[in-house]
Amino acid sequence: MRRLLTGNGAAAWGARLAEVDYIPAFPITPQTEIIERLAEWVDRGELNGRLVTLDSEHSMITAAGAAAATGARVFTATSSQGLLYGMEMLYTVSGWRAPFVLANVSRGLASPLTLEPDHNDVLAARDSGFIQLHAATCQEVLDLTLLAYRIAEDRRVRLPVLVNLDGFYLSFTREPVELPEPEQVRRVLPPFEPSTLRFRASAPVSQAVAVLGGGPYSYFRYEMHLAATQALVAFQQAAEDFAQVFGRSYASVERYRCDDAQYAFVMMGSFATKAKEAVDRLRDEGEAVGLVRPRMVRPWPEEELRAALSGMRGVAVIDQNLSTGKGGVLHSELCSALYGQPDAPPVLTSFIGGLGGRDIDAAELFEILRVTKRAVETGERPPPRLLYTEHELKEMRKLQAIAAVEHPAEEEATP
Amino acid sequence: MKTASRILGTALFLDGFEVQDAPRYGAERRGAPIFAYVRADSREIHERGIIDRPDLVVVADDSLCQVPAAGVRLGLSAQTVVLIRSREDAATWRERLRVPGPMLVLPASSTDDDGGESLLGAECVGAAARLLGVVTRDSLKAATGQELERLPEEVRARNVRAALRVFDGHADHAGIVTGQPTLPLAAQEPPRWIDLQVESADVAAPTIHAGGTSVQVRTGLWRTMRPVVDHERCHRCHWMCALPCPDNALLVDDAGYPRVDLDHCKGCMICVAQCPFHVIHAVPEHEAQTAERAEAGDA
Repeated sequence: MRRLLTGNGAAAWGARLAEVDYIPAFPITPQTEIIERLAEWVDRGELNGRLVTLDSEHSMITAAGAAAATGARVFTATSSQGLLYGMEMLYTVSGWRAPFVLANVSRGLASPLTLEPDHNDVLAARDSGFIQLHAATCQEVLDLTLLAYRIAEDRRVRLPVLVNLDGFYLSFTREPVELPEPEQVRRVLPPFEPSTLRFRASAPVSQAVAVLGGGPYSYFRYEMHLAATQALVAFQQAAEDFAQVFGRSYASVERYRCDDAQYAFVMMGSFATKAKEAVDRLRDEGEAVGLVRPRMVRPWPEEELRAALSGMRGVAVIDQNLSTGKGGVLHSELCSALYGQPDAPPVLTSFIGGLGGRDIDAAELFEILRVTKRAVETGERPPPRLLYTEHELKEMRKLQAIAAVEHPAEEEATP
Repeated sequence: MKTASRILGTALFLDGFEVQDAPRYGAERRGAPIFAYVRADSREIHERGIIDRPDLVVVADDSLCQVPAAGVRLGLSAQTVVLIRSREDAATWRERLRVPGPMLVLPASSTDDDGGESLLGAECVGAAARLLGVVTRDSLKAATGQELERLPEEVRARNVRAALRVFDGHADHAGIVTGQPTLPLAAQEPPRWIDLQVESADVAAPTIHAGGTSVQVRTGLWRTMRPVVDHERCHRCHWMCALPCPDNALLVDDAGYPRVDLDHCKGCMICVAQCPFHVIHAVPEHEAQTAERAEAGDA
């Protein structure tokens, strides 16, 4: 059945169709409608699971890991500040090798406090041991949630998976979503087979042990890293099964109109669909340009990205995040994947935009391509650009005037 | 407005369109502007978020025109139809806003102010659906019912009736929204990017140095009901009414009479409830303004 769903609704449906057993939830802000929706279904008996409210995201993620360690199928969700509040436990439960799915609704981080999205929250969890999938549409939110369980529960991987959806641009945005039948979902996602994950009364197991000396510690961390890399294969296999049943194909890297492209935009998340629109317009006017979008951010699909960009003349990387003092995370990760590779594009321009939900409009995407083409033609590499307009600075100056901010530089300039 | 956008989105979806609807807002409080965007197309929609070149703008309340954050005029072109819900006429608003394209008024009804339920959302949707010209009456009816599913039957029925009444009433303007062609790349103005310079932390930290900046926000614009004090019968027991005012918008003059700070009174009516002698009256804001204008005219 095709119906209009928000990203929040799609995430909740993903959990429902995965027939989750347990949903630990911190119920207060920044929690989202995802949990509200699930609570309602549990209440009405439409979802045969247990929903428990916890006193923080820290407790919530602990409970999620603990429940997954008993062999239950677990779903939970958070957003922005909540993800950071639970950060300690993200590392801890992934270290337990506890498989569950966490939906994160991306939102810019304080300070200053804001509501609209960017990816600094989810990228703060980049090295936590969670597998990361990033959705660009509401349909993907649902489908990736289902696929996430296949990856998490795959014995080669057995790590928690974070499915990211952008605040507002997906979480509150309704789009047509094909809602799968439960019977079909069971064919792709059978019940959880927990294997050695048995935490039962009278059968004690010690998890989360302490180790001393770097050797044992390194073994466990290396194993996690190696397991994470197996998620690429697990994802591919799951996606193939999924495509057979539902006809929708998902690769770890999406390529849009890239076949004969000489240039590409590289973006993550929902803003990438805006770039698709720009690509269509540019293609109409004869520009050989496409879009490359990593759906999977951890593990980092290096081979797939190399293949997607191989032979291109220039690539414009648009980061909806900012690693202060460095720049765009996506840009630096892409550089590391491409450095020294034969046929790697010689120019990788860097643009930072969309922070705190700042729009990136079509005109900016066209200009980004222009700048990238110029860099290729002249051989001069432009410095990374922080997308900001004259108009925005004027508006900022008005706000600063109201806030009685003094501008020492201007005073000095005045004789 | 969020619900209104969902009704319109569902109606378009029922009529076979690809659809996207989305609200956007900041603080979830009374008086804060809220935007709700609806897109419809015959093909998959890739655009998302802010609509920078709208084909139709529906302004649900004319007081929004005075709120800078509402950005009522943003992105208007000669092809954009503007529909504003107001007690004043289209010519007045065209003159005030210098709208470059078609300008229509959806007459605000008296039900808004009587403390009863507002059918504002349903009315806006009914008009918008008709102006688009591609939404069928049946779909509008079904969509309104579907999106208000959780409301009591009679409330739902009233909203459906309101949406259809306004839909029927706008037959003359059916299909006035024609959409606009995509700008060719050459006609697209490039963004005016600047190189942001490093500034001293004294400037660049998000600190508000000035006190009392909230005085500059005219929260009085949010008011739909105005407290009017009958000074002749007032007992001047101002601790009863002025002290409970959550916004300190009930000032006390030298003689001890409460005076309403109209720039900041949000119209919560707590003072009306507090007055032990029942001499503070709740008057619909537009009536109070009409009376004020008449008085000014007489003088």
